[in-house]
Amino acid sequence: MASRVLGTALFRSGFTVQDAPKYGAERRGAPIFSTVRAARATAEGDTIKERGVIHRPDLVVVADDTLLAVPAAGTLQGVTAATVVLVNSRETAETWRHRLNLAATLLILPATEEARDRAELPHIGATCAGAAACLLGVIEPAALEAAIGEELASLGTEVVASNRDNALAAFDAMTAHRGLVVEGTAVSATDYIPPSWIELPVDDASIAAPDIRAIANSVQVRTGLWRTLRPVIDYDRCGKCWWICSSLCPDSAIAVEQDIPVIDYDHCKGCMICVGVCPPHAIGSVPEYLAQQQEQQANTPGEDDGSDPADR
Amino acid sequence: MAATLLTGNVAAAWGARLARVDYIPAFPITPQTEIIETLGGWLDGGVMEGRMVTLESEHSMLTAAGAAAATGVRVFSATSSQGLLHAMEMIYTVAGWRAPFVLVNVSRGLSAPITLEADHNDVLAARDSGFLQIHCADCQEVVDSVLMAYRLAEDPAVRLPVMVNLDGFYLSFTREPVTLPDPAAANEFLPPFDPGMIRFAASAPESQAVAVLGGSPYSYFRYETHLAAQHAVTVYSGIAAEFRARFGRDRGVVETYRCDDAEVVFYMIGSFATKAREAVDRLRDAGQRVGLLRPRLLRPYPADIIADALQGVQGVAVIDQNLSVGQGGVLHTELCAALYGRPQAPAVLASFIGGLGGREITPEEFYQMAAVTREAVATGKTPPPRLLYTEDELREIRKLQSIALVERDETSPTRERQQHTGGGDEA
Repeated sequence: MASRVLGTALFRSGFTVQDAPKYGAERRGAPIFSTVRAARATAEGDTIKERGVIHRPDLVVVADDTLLAVPAAGTLQGVTAATVVLVNSRETAETWRHRLNLAATLLILPATEEARDRAELPHIGATCAGAAACLLGVIEPAALEAAIGEELASLGTEVVASNRDNALAAFDAMTAHRGLVVEGTAVSATDYIPPSWIELPVDDASIAAPDIRAIANSVQVRTGLWRTLRPVIDYDRCGKCWWICSSLCPDSAIAVEQDIPVIDYDHCKGCMICVGVCPPHAIGSVPEYLAQQQEQQANTPGEDDGSDPADR
Repeated sequence: MAATLLTGNVAAAWGARLARVDYIPAFPITPQTEIIETLGGWLDGGVMEGRMVTLESEHSMLTAAGAAAATGVRVFSATSSQGLLHAMEMIYTVAGWRAPFVLVNVSRGLSAPITLEADHNDVLAARDSGFLQIHCADCQEVVDSVLMAYRLAEDPAVRLPVMVNLDGFYLSFTREPVTLPDPAAANEFLPPFDPGMIRFAASAPESQAVAVLGGSPYSYFRYETHLAAQHAVTVYSGIAAEFRARFGRDRGVVETYRCDDAEVVFYMIGSFATKAREAVDRLRDAGQRVGLLRPRLLRPYPADIIADALQGVQGVAVIDQNLSVGQGGVLHTELCAALYGRPQAPAVLASFIGGLGGREITPEEFYQMAAVTREAVATGKTPPPRLLYTEDELREIRKLQSIALVERDETSPTRERQQHTGGGDEA
């Protein structure tokens, strides 16, 4: 959605554009990428020649900072000293500069502390688009607002209005950096690093066939990293029915151990189906970042403020 | 009409809408599903007339498409990858019926291993079927090609089904400015289907496809299909000229991009060719005489037009986003066959396999392919086929293989430990 809003805003500002999402077979919670290319429209028309992945982005917006730690997400691919990287995060820019050691300019789009449930999450697209629009410096707020109206029209006026407010707030929050992103140049055809092509060796079929020979290795993929909300079982209320939450969990992430359901947080994606189906309403939901803060405090003696994250 | 931002899938749906199709047999598959969802929404909303039926498989979908086309109505359908292969028996059959309709294929690599991204092995698996094939490089071309495909399919001298191909993700989900033909102009360009003798009907039994025993009648019918397909080059050229006159866009049999005076030419199909256009511009900036030749019509194979376009070219870098396992690139093979024995054919036809399963091709790789081809022209030695694959990519595979080896040994205690024979240190 962020790429469509940004694409439409650029198109309305006189640019020719391409915007495209890219994703795998997983749906809810899985990483998704999208790209936007823009060039000043000319009479010749086709001013953007190439299609597909952007090799050297001028701006990278990371909507979820947990993706920075997922190698498969490749969020920082092609980033150079000329790139601006904008991270939606509760951490400071200093922290991320230190962690990532990037030559790029790193900015933080502050994650709002109030975003405590899933209903707030849809705004992240508008927020990222608003901040990006300001950083590009070629989109006026009116074009951004019109783009949101156009892209979200089918969702009704309330959704349009709340997304517009979030986008404009993010736009304003970036005012100090307006126009920071500069257009990169094409790779020179005379002075370039040749690709390190190799001859593929003939490997034995025992390793060259795309087989999975290890058992149960999907356990190694910690899909729990995708979670933004954490289901938490209140065992005082749990009816020990032993089967409802565990049977209906689409990821088989709830096991029953000695008649007690136990959630495997390494693989729970936070879909909240268990929260909905539990007959005695014994499963609550906690924003993941609050649950993690709580865990850290519990592990650090003397610093626990004692409050229940669900009550904050 | 002003341009609007459309994905390749929505552009394909607009092609069907502007063609005022009567019947759409459908079955979903990534990355095609948006096409039938879009058409379904329009039919539901009453902005488009026609009937859509969801079938239980692509095999049935193609059967329904061919059968409906044989009754003389205008038929549209769409599929991708595994779906096209599942329908393959009927792909050949309905082409044999000489049933004219349009099938959009959204190219995606074939299993195994299973993937979602662009690769032309799916559409090329249908190359010998009798379906004609138009290959698109951008979203504007998709809507234009669907309209042109109906003209071609329904031409009485052709009367064959036509496949319009666009690449998954690269076009299917990519929005870009598309100028939709005005509906009235589309109607004039593509009038209502005049089926003539095509009138298969339940109330008037006739046989759509006879059984023939003995090779003679079989040879006759198959070769007649071939002759009709070959004739389609001429018919297509006429349609393209009319399209250009009416809509101002050049949709010729082949695209020649900066080929005049070119010494080296990239030869490829589909949306990855747009990367080659950009590379050609940069190479021209650097003073190199490089161009791009992109067949739009791949079936029938326009051998003479391709040979003409390559007159004076010294080296061709053929980039195949497909792999005929045990042989090599299909485009390279066919280009060699088309040019062999022609005087003044380019001296070097270098084969590159790139973009399999949507693997990127970088600007540097285009520059390097031009350099390798130029070098081959200078030395007179054609290089062996080259897979575009880097040291870093193999390094990543070796990493995954080492993890797999450790996992196998750790989690499968009953399995006899196998020696790692693949030379993991070679990278």
